[in-house]
Formats: sequence, C-alpha cells, structure tokens
Amino acid sequence: MRAKVYVTLKPGVLDPAGKAIERALHALGFEEAHDVRLGKYIELHVDGDATEAAGRLDDMCRKLLANGVIEDYRFEVGE
Amino acid sequence: MRWGVVTFPGSLDDADALHALEALGEPAVALWHKDRSLQGVDCVVLPGGFSYGDYLRAGALARFSPVMESVVGFAAAGGLVLGICNGFQVLCESGLLPGALIRNRSLSFICTTVHCRVEETDTPFTGAYGHAEVLALPIKHGEGCYVADPATLQALEDDRQVLLRYVDAAGRATEAANPNGSLRNIAGITNATRNVFGLMPHPEHACEALCGGVDGAGFFRSVRATLTDGLPTRTASVPPGL
Amino acid sequence: MTTTLPPVTAAQATEHGLTPDEFRRFCDAIGRVPNLVELGICSVMWSEHCSYKSSRAVLRGLPTTGPRVLQGPGENAGAIAIGDGLAVVFKIESHNHPSYIEPYQGAATGVGGILRDVFTMGARPIANLNSLRFGSLDHPRTRYLVGGVVSGIGGYGNCVGVPTVGGEIYFDKAYNENILVNAFTLGLVRADRIFRAKAAGVGNPVIYVGSKTGRDGIHGASLLASAEFDETSDQKRPTVQVGDPFTEKLLIEACLELMEKDFVIAIQDMGAAGLTSSSVEMAASGGLGISIDLDQVPKRETNLTPYEILLSESQERMLIIARAGAEQAVMDIFRKWDLDAEVIGTLTDDGLIRVRAGGQEVVQLPLDPLAHGAPVYERPYAPPAGQDELQRLDLAQIPLPGDYGQTLLRLLATPNIASKRWVFRQYDSLVGSNTVVGPGSDAAVMRVKGTTKAIALSVDCNSRYCLLDPYVGAMTAVVESARNVVCSGGEPLGVTNCLNFGNPEKPEIMWQFREAVRGLSDACNALGVPIVSGNVSFYNETDGRSIPPTPTVAMVGLLADVSQHTTQWFKGEGDVIVLLGRTREELGGSEYLAAVRDVVRGTPPWIDLSVEMQVQHVCTQAIREGLVRSAHDCAEGGLAVAVAECCIAGPGEPLGAEIEIEADIRPDAWLFGESQSRIVLSLRKKYVNRLRDLARDADVSCTVLGEVRGRRLRIGGLVDVSAADLRSAWADALAQQMEG
Repeated sequence: MRAKVYVTLKPGVLDPAGKAIERALHALGFEEAHDVRLGKYIELHVDGDATEAAGRLDDMCRKLLANGVIEDYRFEVGE
Repeated sequence: MRWGVVTFPGSLDDADALHALEALGEPAVALWHKDRSLQGVDCVVLPGGFSYGDYLRAGALARFSPVMESVVGFAAAGGLVLGICNGFQVLCESGLLPGALIRNRSLSFICTTVHCRVEETDTPFTGAYGHAEVLALPIKHGEGCYVADPATLQALEDDRQVLLRYVDAAGRATEAANPNGSLRNIAGITNATRNVFGLMPHPEHACEALCGGVDGAGFFRSVRATLTDGLPTRTASVPPGL
Repeated sequence: MTTTLPPVTAAQATEHGLTPDEFRRFCDAIGRVPNLVELGICSVMWSEHCSYKSSRAVLRGLPTTGPRVLQGPGENAGAIAIGDGLAVVFKIESHNHPSYIEPYQGAATGVGGILRDVFTMGARPIANLNSLRFGSLDHPRTRYLVGGVVSGIGGYGNCVGVPTVGGEIYFDKAYNENILVNAFTLGLVRADRIFRAKAAGVGNPVIYVGSKTGRDGIHGASLLASAEFDETSDQKRPTVQVGDPFTEKLLIEACLELMEKDFVIAIQDMGAAGLTSSSVEMAASGGLGISIDLDQVPKRETNLTPYEILLSESQERMLIIARAGAEQAVMDIFRKWDLDAEVIGTLTDDGLIRVRAGGQEVVQLPLDPLAHGAPVYERPYAPPAGQDELQRLDLAQIPLPGDYGQTLLRLLATPNIASKRWVFRQYDSLVGSNTVVGPGSDAAVMRVKGTTKAIALSVDCNSRYCLLDPYVGAMTAVVESARNVVCSGGEPLGVTNCLNFGNPEKPEIMWQFREAVRGLSDACNALGVPIVSGNVSFYNETDGRSIPPTPTVAMVGLLADVSQHTTQWFKGEGDVIVLLGRTREELGGSEYLAAVRDVVRGTPPWIDLSVEMQVQHVCTQAIREGLVRSAHDCAEGGLAVAVAECCIAGPGEPLGAEIEIEADIRPDAWLFGESQSRIVLSLRKKYVNRLRDLARDADVSCTVLGEVRGRRLRIGGLVDVSAADLRSAWADALAQQMEG
C-alpha cells in the first residue's frame, strides 16, 4: 500500500528556510505569496490493509518521522 | 572516575573528545553505538557529528540505538551525561532535554569562535567557572538554533536550567551575538535534575592552548570535581517544587 | 568470436569519443572488433581523463623524485616521509565540469573523490583545501554557482570528519561559463603502511565494498571531463553523481580499520570510470589478469546492463584485492560499519579482463592495451596570435590615482582580495583537533599528534599571470605557495598540482600547457621540491572560449617544531615592520590595473629563482631564531594591501601602522605593484639588527618600512585610513556581494 507522509513545522516555530523562500518569491514579483513554510514529504510502501497501515503510520510518525516538539504531521494511505 | 565517549557511526568529534580528555589527564573509554554496556563509566559524553547521517533530522535515529537505551536509563538513575553539538541534538530527540535544535537562522553551516556566558555555576558541569564568566568557544553546526514553546522556555528560566548563553565579548546577550537564532540566546541547557547537559559549542576543541584555547576545559574539570568532591551546593534560592 | 555479443560499428566508436585512428588501433591491439561493452571499457580507459594521452609526453619532464618521496605520480596519491616513521599522502584533483552543471553535487563528489584517493593509501585524511575559480560576481549565474559549490564542499566535508582548513577563490569573467573546482586532501600514515593499487597473487579475491551501484555518472569521466561545453551541456545533467557523505565516513573508518590488519594486497577507489578503471588498473599494474562476475555486484536499481554496471560512477565504492582466505574477515569489518561487501571476482594469470553477467562472458579483453595502449599524442603547439600584443603595457598611458587611500579601500573590497570568511566559516575547520592555524592566514598549519611537528599547507595560482605568460605564471604559483608555507614557519616538502586548461587539440592551448609545465618544472627544481601527484583537466572551454591557463599548485611543508608556527597579522604596537625583497616598477597583470583601470595586460612580475630562494631562506632562518612575530607574503594588491592585511586580518581589534616611503618608482607601483619574492615581517625592535645580518649574509634586500602603531594605517603622505575602515571594507565585501 502506497503512503504519503507530510511533515510540517508547527505554527509559531521559526522557519528560516520558509522565510528565505518567501523573500525570493517576492523578489521575483510574486508579492501575493505569504506565510511560506517548508516541510518534508515522505513516500513509502506499507504492507497490510488500510486501517492497519494507518495505525502503523501514525506510530512511525510519532516515533521517528516527525519530532513532536517542533513538527506536525499528516499522512494519506491509498491506491 | 572514568569517562565514556559514545561513537555513533557518523560521530566526528568522538576522537577529539577522547583526545581532550587525555590532554586533561582524564581516563576515558570509547563506547560503541551497537553495544548496550556503558562499561561502568561515571560520565557519558555524546560527541559532535552526524550520528546516523542525520538526513531526516539531526539526532533522530540515534535515540533508537542500543547505547542510547542504556544512556537513558543511566541518566534516569542520576548518571552524568554531557551532549556536545550533535550530542545535544540527540539528547533533545531522546527527550532527555526539552526543546529542539533546528536549522540556523542563516540557513548555512557556521564554524567560528563565539562568546558564551556561564549562567549558573551550581551544577555538576559548570562548577569550575565563575558566575557570568565569558568563555571563547568554537561552534560548528548547521542546526543549532534552539527552540522550545514559551511555557518550556519560561520553565527553563525559572528553574535556572539555562547554563550557557551566546553573548558579545562584554558579556551582553545581544541579537548580534546570537550566531544561529537560538531563542533567548540559549547555547546550553540542563535538565530539571541537573545531571544531563547539552550545549552547541565544542568545549573539547578548547582544551589546549595550541588548538582552540583552554576555555572549554572547565566543563570537564567541573565533572571531575563533582564526582570526586561531591556536588556543588546550589547558591541561589531553590524554586518551589524541587 | 570470444564473447556472445555482436561487434560494434565504427559509428558507435565515434559516439564513444574514439577517433577512427584510435578505434583502428584498439581493434588491432585486440585482434578483432570489440562488442559494445568492450567498446565502453576502451572508451573510458582511453579517454583523456584516464589515459593522459595529450599531456603524458609533456609531463615527463617534471621533477618527481627526492630523498623523502615514498610515492610519486601514478598511484592514487603521492606520499612523502616526514620523519618519526610517518608520511603525508596528498593530491589535488579537479571536478570542474560536474560542478558547473550541478554545483552542489559536483563540488561535494569532488571532495568525496579526493578523500578516497588519500585514504585508499591507508592514510587518515586530516586536512582538506580547495581552489575555486568563478566568473564575475556580476554574471547572473555566478552567485548561484558560488553558493552551490561552497555549500557542496561544506555539506560533504563537514559530514566526514575532515576539516577544510584553507584554499583560494578568484573571480574573473574569463570563468563565467567554466568554473574550476579543485579539491585537495592530505592524510597521515605510518610510512611502512602505505597501500597501493598493484594487484598480486593469482587466485586472490576481488572484493567490492561501499555503496551499491546505480546508473549515476555513466560516462562522466570520458564525456564530461574530456569534451568541451556547449548549449547541450545541461542535457548531460543525469550523468552527474550524487554524493553520500555518511557512507563515505563509514567507508573511511572501515577501510582504515581493515588496513590495520594484514588482509589487503591492493585497493583502489572506484572513481572516474568506476569498476572498469579500478579493476583494469590494479590487475594491469600487477601484470596479472582479472575475472569479474557482475551478478555479484551490489546494485541499487533493477535491470542494470553490464555496460552500465561497468561504467557507473556511483560514489563511495572501493575495490579491494584481498589475501585468499581473508574474505570473511574483510566482510565482517564492513558489515560492522553497515556497508555492503561482496566477493565479485578473482585474480588470474592470463593477462585478460573477463567479465561475466547472467552466466555469459560479455567481456574478454587483454589488459595491456587498455591500460597502456592509448596513443600518446605530441600535439602541435604555437603561441596564441595576440600574445605579444597582450604583453604590451605602456605605463605612461595609465594615470596615477587621485586618492591612494580610496584606491586601497577599493582593492581591499575586490572579491579577489577581500576576506573569504563568508566562505570558510561554512566549513568545519576544527574537527580532528589538529588545526593550529586555520583558514585566513598565508598557510594552514596542522599539528601532527604524538610529535613536535606540524604540516603547513597552501594552494595557489594567479591565472592572470598565466594568461599573460604561462611560464612565469606557473613559476609564480610554485614559489608563492612555497613562500606562504615559509611565512607560516614551514619548509616546503612537496607539491601536487591540478593543471586546468582549454582544448589541447588547439595549438595555442598546447603552447600554454607546455609553457606552464616548463615553469612548474624550473621552479620546483630550483626550490628542490618534487611533484608527487596531480591531475590534468583539459577541455575547460565553452563555445570555443577557453579559460585562462590555471596550473593550480598545492604546496605541503613541514615544521619541525610546531611552536614556531607564524601567522600573517601584526601582534602588537611597537613592533618594527620590515620588507624582505625588492619592489620594482611592475604593474603588469596586477589586481590594481584590473580592478581600478580594467586593464589585463603587460608582463607579470618577473621571478629570479635564486633571489626567491634567498628571501625564503632568510625568512625561515628568522623564524627559526625566534625573531619573527608575523610574516606575510606580498601578493595581489602589492605592498599596501599586504600591510593592510597585517593590520586587519587578526582575530582581535585591528591595528594601525606608520610606514615610510622611499620610492624612486611610480607611487602606485610601490603601493600596489606585485613584485615577487617579497615578505612583510614584523618583529620586536631589539631583533632588527639580527635580521639585517641574516639578510646581508644572504644578499637579500631588507628595508625597515615602519612600525605597528595606533589605529590608522599611514603610508608616507599617500595613505591615511583608519584600521576600522580598512577592516570593514575587507571583511564585509564578499558577504555583501553574495547576500546583497
């Protein structure tokens, strides 16, 4: 089963990379861009059915893929 | 007493920590990440480097290593643990210290000498320094920006767990003196029970006059004094609840 | 028919970069027409990058021997004894084309490759340097390239535990479309434990270790490094390799652990041309044969063809010839470090490389023609058409500056002279606990633990001089890097060079190359320093425009007593400032003319090698006797810039100086001319007479310039600028241009 995990910085945590991207976008004339936050996107295959996989993925995120102190996560299981 | 320096596969400053301890006349052994045994050491050093490549997050994989299982137990039993740079990141990821270390504000790796002020001297790691003493210490990291939520920061301040802050040469914690954007210029913190200490500067690279100066030696001397002569007494008022 | 695959056509040979003559020569040598896999092998082994077919004949004249030389050119790196049973192993290598196409990965894998060349020989790498050339900072792509290359060098170097302790960076519009990234590594080894790439022992196993093989970098060496750039170069992007520094770190530790044992007969990095060149070169240099089974090669992707596996340039891989019976012990060490290790073949006695895949033999070639059969070209040479005109400089046409202080500030802020701190602060220069003097002084100084010794390291080349006169320019690169080592307290030991040139098939490029090699040779002979390793990078051209000749020289020196290490900046007020060497009216090729007058012409400053030797000798003697508080080579920007750097380059508050001027030449030449063989010293007043004696004995000009004093730099009635202004102009310029 294919899964997609999105790890993002919690609101309020300083994101210097996001700020740099926002500055660059503005410099290129995309002044409408705001609140840029840079995150991580992880693709993986998991064995088992969808419900089981979702439970395991949640475990994976909490234990390793995201750091709960600074990051939030969400994931999609499917296909 | 005896020191143990952990080697993760991507540790880089492990040999340097062993070398500094040797230069200070301290007996030390290397601890391998796949081993659970801490070989009966009295203080564990988690050195700088990139523990397991740190491609996901600095220190994220190290917490699951056999040696870290033992270090967590060792710390819970009151053992002294000193985490330097990547070691500090591992301690935060492992939950032995609060907060996290994220990418430097500048987005680039920084290797330079900074000034740090010793905030508290009644700990096993800082007893050899004078109060508010300003040290010249090298830093070299890409992810050294200390962050924590406001409540955690306040708790750290209230409990005087911030042991080291980035300052200018005159000892002022200014924005310009902050090399990586760390909140409240935090360079090093201890845990509530004051037996685990993590810092981004590299004291092991400041133990010899020929290479980097000697301002870092006090951290190791403090531990030696603590384990030989007992804990320094807490001088200031102890916050309620401790 | 010895293999099961069909023979190739002449058109396929041309596509692989072989000329019709070369293809015929190869067919003759093997007595038939090769199949496609065999053609691939031939094309990389006979590429310029691997065979040195255009340079080999010229390079024969270089001095490569000496009493301390343990290994000269021809191995993975050179080795020189430093006493105490120890040796240094070092080499510099280019990664120019990959870095232009993908700056981060290109530079990163350049660092990885040169590290492997050094630890392959059993040496633990203790210092990295690099020499970088970029286009003008005004060019739209330059900042992107600088940022990418610098973070690539840092991103790789900082993760493997080897400090980056120095280097040089120049900006010149001549490199706008062809940057140079030359990476240097020095390692330390027990002199009796140097490993080489010479196979021995029929039946011994061939072991593959490190990362798995993928499709990256196929034909990187043969095509990318052996052909000019054009508008299709971006399409070559898939051939750029991706580096994994964590795996490199594991490989360093595993290999060095393995080499403490007695299991290894020969070892070589799978670098350019990967499995092909490492297996061919090791077996051929041992006069043996080799048999390989590609089914045993660890792979990262499915459906890799034999052709792809043999030519892949996947990074962080090594090939080892081990002692028979030690297979398991070798593999255990790599497994300890979580690395792949597989026996993929054996040594044979038939002089052939035989490769099997899927149970079929796909390659059966004699090794000798592959390793030694490439043609050696004596390419035609002639000076470029405009060379005489380029050397014409009429100083009468050059007006004197109106304000010498402003001119000095302007020079200090040019990217070629300005502080490179913005760059080197992104590199870990401390790991290893050996760095006594890091980036920013004349040479880096690394102590050798367990001894009183230290190693001094400098890398240098002024390509403007080389453009105007490649012979003098190459000599200057040698003597100036030696002077940097001497100013740091070291005695020059040996050289590695990276010769970056245009297309050698053009007579004017070949002329530049020959002249530069002649200059290297003469200078190294005069100084008595051998060249023990190096690399030639041709085809540094884009759309037919060549880079200036850039023969980069890295000099390695020895300090018998590390306590005598010396830095370039002034140490305290009251010290006397002395100039060793003479200042002539020489402005040709100067940074001053280029930056202020936009003039790049004339002849570069002349070098009298015997004077140079004597100046270096006096400086060395003075340092040995403990007279010297600071020593700084006079280079780009001339005397005024050198003195200014002495005032401002130190870690503390900037110092001032009072300088007398007694010039019978143009003031701008006295201040900013770049006459060679000059060193600025500072010393306590009581030692000045002793220094004069040393200089007189050696027939070296020794002039008291003035004194370290106050917080302003005053030079005669010409310059009067605060040291703080000098520092901010110099310290902030590069950061402002990169981030502004």
